[in-house]
Amino acid sequence: MKEIIRAAVAILIICGVLFYVNNQLDKSSGRSGSDTISVYNWGEYIDPELVERFEEETGITVVYETFDSNEAMMTKIEQGGTSYDVAMPSEYAIEKMKENDLLIPIDHSKVPNLSNIDPYFLDLPFDPGNEYSIPYFWGTVGIAFNPKLLDGQTFESWEDLWDPSLKQEVILVDGAREVMGMGLNTLGYSLNTKDEQQLQEATDKLKTLSPNIKAIIGDEIVETMRRSEAAVALVWSGQAADIMYVNEDIDYAVPKEGSNLWFDNMIIPKTAANVEGAHKFINFMLDPEVAAQNADYVGYSTPNEQAIELMDPEVTGDERFYPTEEMRERLEVYKNLGLETLGKYNELFLEFKMDAQ
Amino acid sequence: MQNNTNRSYYLVPYFGWMMLFVIAPLVLVIYFSLFDLHGNFSFINYQNFFTSVYLKLTLSSFWYAFLITAFTLAIAYPTAYWLTKTKHKQLWLLLIIIPSWINLLLKTYAFIGIFGVKGPLNKLFESMGIGTQQILYTDFSFIFVSVYIFIPFMILPIFNSLDKMNPTLIDAARDLGSSTWTTFTKVIFPLTINGVKSGIQAVFIPSLSLFMITRLIAGNKVITLGTAIEQQFLVTRNWGMGSTIAVFLIMFMVIIMILTGQKDKGALSNEQIK
Repeated sequence: MKEIIRAAVAILIICGVLFYVNNQLDKSSGRSGSDTISVYNWGEYIDPELVERFEEETGITVVYETFDSNEAMMTKIEQGGTSYDVAMPSEYAIEKMKENDLLIPIDHSKVPNLSNIDPYFLDLPFDPGNEYSIPYFWGTVGIAFNPKLLDGQTFESWEDLWDPSLKQEVILVDGAREVMGMGLNTLGYSLNTKDEQQLQEATDKLKTLSPNIKAIIGDEIVETMRRSEAAVALVWSGQAADIMYVNEDIDYAVPKEGSNLWFDNMIIPKTAANVEGAHKFINFMLDPEVAAQNADYVGYSTPNEQAIELMDPEVTGDERFYPTEEMRERLEVYKNLGLETLGKYNELFLEFKMDAQ
Repeated sequence: MQNNTNRSYYLVPYFGWMMLFVIAPLVLVIYFSLFDLHGNFSFINYQNFFTSVYLKLTLSSFWYAFLITAFTLAIAYPTAYWLTKTKHKQLWLLLIIIPSWINLLLKTYAFIGIFGVKGPLNKLFESMGIGTQQILYTDFSFIFVSVYIFIPFMILPIFNSLDKMNPTLIDAARDLGSSTWTTFTKVIFPLTINGVKSGIQAVFIPSLSLFMITRLIAGNKVITLGTAIEQQFLVTRNWGMGSTIAVFLIMFMVIIMILTGQKDKGALSNEQIK
């Protein structure tokens, strides 16, 4: 008995010491300062230097966390228990968050840099008047491919992915809407269809792609393509830019049948603890110089007109990543499908994944 | 009497723990499984589970868990046997246990590098003239990595039961004229069956719900019940369906626990012989 008590006391003392040391360390790195904001963003979606710069300029400490899907982010915010001050969801997620009353309206007078944004990206149907959201990045879904590993194939049509020569070469991103969308686009249907017949057809079509599929993975796609381990991948445009940054052989194409056009935006969740700081952060990210540096780092397309002026024209003139307005016409923006249809998409996607060999 | 009431106070932390972390979550999982997407009470989730997608999913989970367990056992039993024969048993055992202290994800990522098209294994294949093979994202790599991760959990209980076994019994069997094979099947294996059962429990049950390895190593071409639950909670946000799959998973686990349960009789006879 004595020994148990002794052991228990020893453990308590060790815990106490560790807690104290941890506290001291936090203090010295400024973490426990009263002025902090926590930012909840996609992985690899900001230049870390800019976070430091923001901390230096404003004296606000940034706690930075990442998510890998809109759905995971929404679940966490909806659950409460978190106090994220700024998050970067995509357009259809914003529609849903608005519906569920999870957002705080943005005070435009505190975000003067909003005037730097190209009007094309303002006042979009998912958030009229930008009451709740400010554009962060935009892009497309398309095919990244390595011509060196292929004999002269191009990807003008989604059908090209079904080419028998691509056996075990195609990587898909692990997203129900992206992959189902690809199936729907191939058949000429809308990405937002709720028609069960069309969804079933798309699934059947996708199942015939099975022999060509190498893997269905997440952010690991970038590393795999960089190391030329796979020839073809269904990716978001920024992932393609990330890959090309390291591996210059890679090319990117958006097939002619159409694809997804998406917008990621900065929002302030209802659970925010430092709304003032959140506005400062949003305004900071809209600064032309900051936005240009961020776009260079992240590789996605910036909606910031003034930033584009500062960037390398070779990058911003590249129609693969900055498609012209005319090209954007054939692209489609995701709509909030509602939980039931989203569930259907996921079930069919699961069915397709189980079929993949 | 006084002593007895005092003693029952010691049970308070145990019951508190059980209530908070075992009973309450179980009740919650079952409770959530009884609601549809709109928060109405219904059995729709249970009906959905019996559609082809989820049944196929369950079958394939079981199949892969079975393969993983079988291979783990095939490697772990001889290893454990050999360990009991070595001089520095504890040291060898420690060497086998140490890798299980390393984070699971780190080990998994290491295999992505090793198995890659340009990884060391394929370099070796090429130098041997076999040529580059697609190793990552195959059933083989999935089972290999899972077996690698689970092996310590199988070796430990088997080692313990082998180590506890009275060696004179083997001598006795030999003296009575049984061959090596008969000694193994009639004496050694029955006496260590409890270790094997605990090993199977420790491997089969977690294999049913593996989900990180299915994505990183199998490229999501292997789907387990774990993946399905994760999807329902994080992507579809259909907590009812997610909970329903979890309820079935728990039921499967209970069944396996019962099937591989320790029978007191076996343990007793082991002691009695000693």
